[in-house]
Amino acid sequence: MAAKVTLQRESLVPFIQILGPDGMANPNDVVELGLKPHDFKALYRWMVLARTFDERALALQRQGRLGTYAPLLGQEAAQVGSAYALKPEDWVFPSYREHAVLAMRGQSWLQLFTYWGGNEEGNRIPEGMRNFMICVPIATQILHATGAAWAAKLKGEKSCAIVYFGDGATSEGDFHEGLNFAGVFKVPVVFFCQNNQYAISVPRTRQTASETLAQKALAYGFEGVQVDGNDVFAVYKVTRDALEKARAGGGPTLIEAVTYRLTHHTTADDWTRYRPAEEVEMWKQKDPIKRLRLYLEKQGLWSEQDEAKLLEEAKAEIAQAVAQYEALPKRDVEDIFKYMYAEMPWNLKEQLQELKDYLAEHGGDLPHE
Amino acid sequence: MPQLNIVQAINDALRTEMRRDPTVVVMGEDVGVNGGVFRVTENLYKEFGPDRSIDTPLSEAGIVGTAIGMAINGLKPVAEIQFDGFLPPAFDQIISHAARICWRSRGRFHVPIVIRAPYGGGIRAPEYHSESPEAYYAHTPGLKVVIPSNPYDAKGLLIAAIRDPDPVIYLEPKRLYRAFRAEVPEGDYIVPIGKARIAHEGSHVTLIAWGAMIPVALGAAEKMAAQNVSVEVIDLRTIVPLDVETVIESVKKTGRVVILHEAPRTCGFGAELAALVNDKAFEYLQAPIVRVTGFDTFIPQARLEDYYLPDVGRCLKGIEKVLSY
Repeated sequence: MAAKVTLQRESLVPFIQILGPDGMANPNDVVELGLKPHDFKALYRWMVLARTFDERALALQRQGRLGTYAPLLGQEAAQVGSAYALKPEDWVFPSYREHAVLAMRGQSWLQLFTYWGGNEEGNRIPEGMRNFMICVPIATQILHATGAAWAAKLKGEKSCAIVYFGDGATSEGDFHEGLNFAGVFKVPVVFFCQNNQYAISVPRTRQTASETLAQKALAYGFEGVQVDGNDVFAVYKVTRDALEKARAGGGPTLIEAVTYRLTHHTTADDWTRYRPAEEVEMWKQKDPIKRLRLYLEKQGLWSEQDEAKLLEEAKAEIAQAVAQYEALPKRDVEDIFKYMYAEMPWNLKEQLQELKDYLAEHGGDLPHE
Repeated sequence: MPQLNIVQAINDALRTEMRRDPTVVVMGEDVGVNGGVFRVTENLYKEFGPDRSIDTPLSEAGIVGTAIGMAINGLKPVAEIQFDGFLPPAFDQIISHAARICWRSRGRFHVPIVIRAPYGGGIRAPEYHSESPEAYYAHTPGLKVVIPSNPYDAKGLLIAAIRDPDPVIYLEPKRLYRAFRAEVPEGDYIVPIGKARIAHEGSHVTLIAWGAMIPVALGAAEKMAAQNVSVEVIDLRTIVPLDVETVIESVKKTGRVVILHEAPRTCGFGAELAALVNDKAFEYLQAPIVRVTGFDTFIPQARLEDYYLPDVGRCLKGIEKVLSY
């Protein structure tokens, strides 16, 4: 008689949610977070600040005052919850949409505007800060994070690395190679995938036939977990747990934060071409900021006045950064050549001189056509 | 002084630097227990253990990509790519990241990695084991490209490469790995990156070459000497940064230039050299510059590779051409 085959349709990885879209949470789950009311308010504040920055950046781009920009609308909880679990000695390897993470790690809003305004100075990470630069190619930073965390382990340091990427990145070879190395060498790294459902226009189902992205970790010999990416509590918890495990020598974790990009991929994109408005509306009901506000209100921790005050402060903070950004001095053409090598070789010196001579012939700048 | 071949000299360089600097690690496929398929990393595993002589998964982008991350967090990885033909999977990590990180970060992050790979033909290897890819890396700003031709330089240049703050592509002429021995000092010394060597002094023709083409160039110089033609052979040692002064000084003296390389001709590094001589010493030239190179094909396998690789005879034809103009 042939063996009986049972098809398992249950998910291979756990799905974690603490705070529902209605702002309700199991009190025991919240207690286990170990967070205090001031932490809840800090999480809320960072999410509101991030959204305020995002709105302002989008508006500036539309007015021709900023370059192409990649908005984060809808992904605030995934970013703020995960970054809140980090320690200063941990390394962060962002993709290009992690404005909230970078700000929480100490990069200024001015620096972020500087980057998106087309100025490489925005990539100059302050000395000593363990943030790596924004990564524009897809998934390549996964290997850098694995290497940095691996170095920490080889040097006997207690620090970890976290690397951010999207659902599309899981289709790249570097995703495979990074997770594979991390598994083999039990590297203290957290792979944080913000599955926002679309790689520009291409839906998650076109990236992989795998039921979840998180379960890909199992093939590399470590744990994968899915989390409600719009639930800042759950995101904090799974990230904290993964970091603690990594610090204790338990190796890597793949976190899939299930979220949604509520707007365009970048300012050069138009989401209405590839998804129905109803779908976006459905996800707006799961808004990460709204649900934490509901929770705070239910706990008696937040009032209309608190909200108005925070919004005002956030607007002022971002406005100050915009003013600084727009007052940045004109850049020197030497900046094109300066940092290619630790020391400038003869050919770059010659080419810099060539450009300077050309500009000098035209009164110090490009000729007006 | 010990007599070493190139394999032993590179091994000596790695051991010397690993003893001196605990942040230096060697990583790649088969570099640990096995000591490398060419035995370049022989015994490093025994002396430094699995954490500094690291056998990695078979994954070139993985090797270079994680080496970049290690370098950002304070190590100095020397990554081996087993053959020239397997560099392309790591190409994106090399040109989009290793080369670019210092520039992108405005000097905050440096990537002091060395990517070693045996290169070139002439050993009857299978397909994809005989490539000469130096021009790809020379074309990418931010990299240094070093190609030794003898044991002394191999050791001194590799030590310099490991200490260099910028990423270095270090291509090893596999045809010369065990071709001859030469005196190599024990312990620590450097051959500076960016300095060419006059391998043979001469006054009638300048012959520019590097790596595995140096013995061919010297062979041609010897033959020409018998005809009372004095050929100056320049061993570039470093493609990037190029020692333009040594090249131009020689051209001013001879007025005739032959460039010799194994890679295909179109956009080979010889094209860049010809353009530079044109820019900086045109008025000294007494004949058009001649290139003796591989053809614009892939290098054939064993049965035809000798027809592809420039040899002394083709080199002599090139020299005769610039002399008879």
